[in-house]
Amino acid sequence: MDSAETSPLAGLRARGGAIDVDAAVVVLLLLGAAIFLLVGCLQSTTFAQYTVQGLALGSVYGALALALVLVYRATHVINFAQGELAMLTTYIAYQLMLWGLSYWAAFAATLAIAFALGTALQVTVIRPVQRSVIAVVIVTVGLFILIDGVVNWIWGADPKFMHSPFGFASFDVGGVEISHRYLWMMGVVFVSVLLVWALFRFTKLGLGMRAAALRPAAAALVGVRVDSMLAIGWGLAAVLGAVAGLMAEPSQFSLSPEFMQPILVYAFAAAVLGGLESPAGALVGGLAIGVSLTLVVGYVPQKYIGSELQLPLAFAVLLLILLVKPSGLFGRREVRRV
Amino acid sequence: MRRQIPALASLLAVAAVLCVLPFILSDYNVSLAAQVGIFFVAVLGLNILTGYTGQISIGHGAFMAIGGYTTAVMSRDHHTNLVVTMLMAFAICFVVGLIVGLPALRFSGVYLALVTFALAVSIPQIPLQYSTFLGGIGGVTSSQTVSNLWIYVAAWTCSAILFVLAWLLLRGRLGRAFRAIRDSEIAAVASGVELPVYKTLAFGISAAYAGVAGSLFVLATNGFAQPSEFGVFLSLQLLIGAAVAGLGSLWGILAGAAFVGLLPQVSTSVPVIGSDHGRDVVFGAAVVLVMLLLPDGFAGLLARLKRLARA
Amino acid sequence: MTALLELEDVEARYGPVHVLHGISLAVEEGSVVAVLGPNGAGKTTTLRAVSGTVRRSGSIRFAGRSLNRVGPDGVARLGIAHVPEGRGTFSELTVSENLRLGAYTRRGSIQPELDRVFSYFPWLSERRRQQAGTLSGGEQQMLALARAFVLRPRLLLLDEPSLGLAPVLVAELFRIVRELNEKEGLTVLVVEQNAHLALQAADAGYVLEAGHVVLSGSSAELRADDSVRRSYLGY
Repeated sequence: MDSAETSPLAGLRARGGAIDVDAAVVVLLLLGAAIFLLVGCLQSTTFAQYTVQGLALGSVYGALALALVLVYRATHVINFAQGELAMLTTYIAYQLMLWGLSYWAAFAATLAIAFALGTALQVTVIRPVQRSVIAVVIVTVGLFILIDGVVNWIWGADPKFMHSPFGFASFDVGGVEISHRYLWMMGVVFVSVLLVWALFRFTKLGLGMRAAALRPAAAALVGVRVDSMLAIGWGLAAVLGAVAGLMAEPSQFSLSPEFMQPILVYAFAAAVLGGLESPAGALVGGLAIGVSLTLVVGYVPQKYIGSELQLPLAFAVLLLILLVKPSGLFGRREVRRV
Repeated sequence: MRRQIPALASLLAVAAVLCVLPFILSDYNVSLAAQVGIFFVAVLGLNILTGYTGQISIGHGAFMAIGGYTTAVMSRDHHTNLVVTMLMAFAICFVVGLIVGLPALRFSGVYLALVTFALAVSIPQIPLQYSTFLGGIGGVTSSQTVSNLWIYVAAWTCSAILFVLAWLLLRGRLGRAFRAIRDSEIAAVASGVELPVYKTLAFGISAAYAGVAGSLFVLATNGFAQPSEFGVFLSLQLLIGAAVAGLGSLWGILAGAAFVGLLPQVSTSVPVIGSDHGRDVVFGAAVVLVMLLLPDGFAGLLARLKRLARA
Repeated sequence: MTALLELEDVEARYGPVHVLHGISLAVEEGSVVAVLGPNGAGKTTTLRAVSGTVRRSGSIRFAGRSLNRVGPDGVARLGIAHVPEGRGTFSELTVSENLRLGAYTRRGSIQPELDRVFSYFPWLSERRRQQAGTLSGGEQQMLALARAFVLRPRLLLLDEPSLGLAPVLVAELFRIVRELNEKEGLTVLVVEQNAHLALQAADAGYVLEAGHVVLSGSSAELRADDSVRRSYLGY
């Protein structure tokens, strides 16, 4: 999100300019993975197919993971309701389209509504309890359950068909069928993330938000309204979640209340994998999980690892990585200060 | 629990009420009261973990699953005495809890919460993959079924026994170590508390409690152990119960257990919203409201009332 | 003429612990005032009381206006810059970003402010893209001062600026503070353990002990005072 803070390249030069071994290893790993993928794609069209699909799904996981990281960096809590919030905003888009709005008009309106919802939630139910970690966790869990119930109540549990403007056509690149919607998914997520990054990097508001997340007390002393910054952070996270929800939907073809739940789980994995404080890590983590899961489920025979085991598999790998590097791939090791 | 050792009188009152209840409640309500008992056991265990050593777990539903499946499988295959299966569940889950507790040491706070959440999501998937032994979607049915009254008695007897056990554990060295860890890990280490030992123990104990609760849970649902019963919602219920309970009060745990044991059932019959989704809407809203009003749980409220009464 | 900053019977506490037991002091506009005293006397707490970062009661008036209900971000907006203990710089951000944060409450272009700052701290302009955390302690303190100055404050609250700095740097720092005061008319309230330096740079001072003001006067008077000389000046 900010080159001075957490980009892996900055991390390579830790204090004093000496090369940070941890970060170097991670970068090498990623490079190795990228080369592996490239070689595989060139060798086999199926592999390439899976990779593209994995990247497209991964960008959605990454977007939601980014929302989680945004909230975590600002307020040091995990919003367990982030996925359901994204699901809610997708249903709102669906409703807007039913009422006659075009897809992109509904898209824009939904993003605005998501922002409003996110900020409103932070102010009404999170701010009063933010001093207690457990209380915030429970509140977000309660919201998870509440939103799920409300959506089921208003729209019902039966799958809805949501019109998508991306069509079913695909490009043919050397025998590999790259579906338009995958490109759109990756494109929209990329653009959204870019815009949010630019906001943080170049605007005064973004600077204020970063300062409020880093050192709230010092930020207050320079005149930053820390509480407002936190609320805006939640709003932006909701927007990213809305993007994730809207982009996830086309790949499902049917809108039902549970559709974001597995994605939330993958997003958790991606966020933790990347290190909860690292936006770049969340995105890379999302892509990694998307690609790995698609490849594994595609190639390993059903009887050993069926699609039911996708979730446990994601977490087995996650657990392994965390055991080796508890603060995630891009995270800083937590120093417990006395 | 040490500071607020419930006066013997209130303990006896609770016991008396529990003895009388089955005679005055309908069978359905007895089953509800049994549910509260089951959650009492699980929340008690989770309270030890979260309240006393500060480790947040959103995965104890997984331990309930292990306990429940133990009972179901042992009963189905070996017709083992049900109480024996509960003891087995206790032991097995204690060991599994220790095993989980070891790597858990590496994670703190939020990371631990997420990892345990992963556990909660993943474990129920395992029976689906290994369906020959563990029954797949259909689940495993034990060979014996029991009446609601049996569950009621079993649940509350276990609650009583395990409550006393917890009380004994927590007033001694173990409790002091736990409290030291909760207040400040760094200070605890400085005063010689071997962090890994106690934190892992806490995991084991809480898992064991959840295991017993799981056994009872399966028996309460007609001896049926199936993956859908042990989904994420269950783990969330346990965590919510522990949070609503707050720390260090018998009444708090009762309140927490009642909250998660009764409210979802009761809120299925809400007008307008309808039975399908009433549970989620009402329960979800209730959870949010309770946390807003009582961030320290019921125990916190009691503490505040006591302070007011003294003033 | 009312002073720019007036504290009357100010009490402050951290939770149940009361640290200030009725402090009264006044800072005239355009002057440099030092707050001296041993560790734990409540010097830092006094500054925190002004910037609203600690629970306080009593009357605090800035340019005639009560600060009682104003929190730290409001205080900054009124033109009070607080450089806290530990400097309050954002080590994860660049020098340039730190400076921009200093001007957070200002609207419009801050280039004239930045130019002015660079004229006092020319070496800062070369380090613009450097992460603030990689600067030395002394440089970070200077950065903190520069950042406070970008705000163009009417009042500067400076907390223990000499902590952890080599004497040469400390002298330089106080020279710059004095220069800012004389050239820009910046009013300064500085808390300092190094009484000698503080009284050299200041026009007046207050001595605090255990949350009470025990002595006050012009810096010349304080330097001549026996108890001050014995306890804080070492002769």
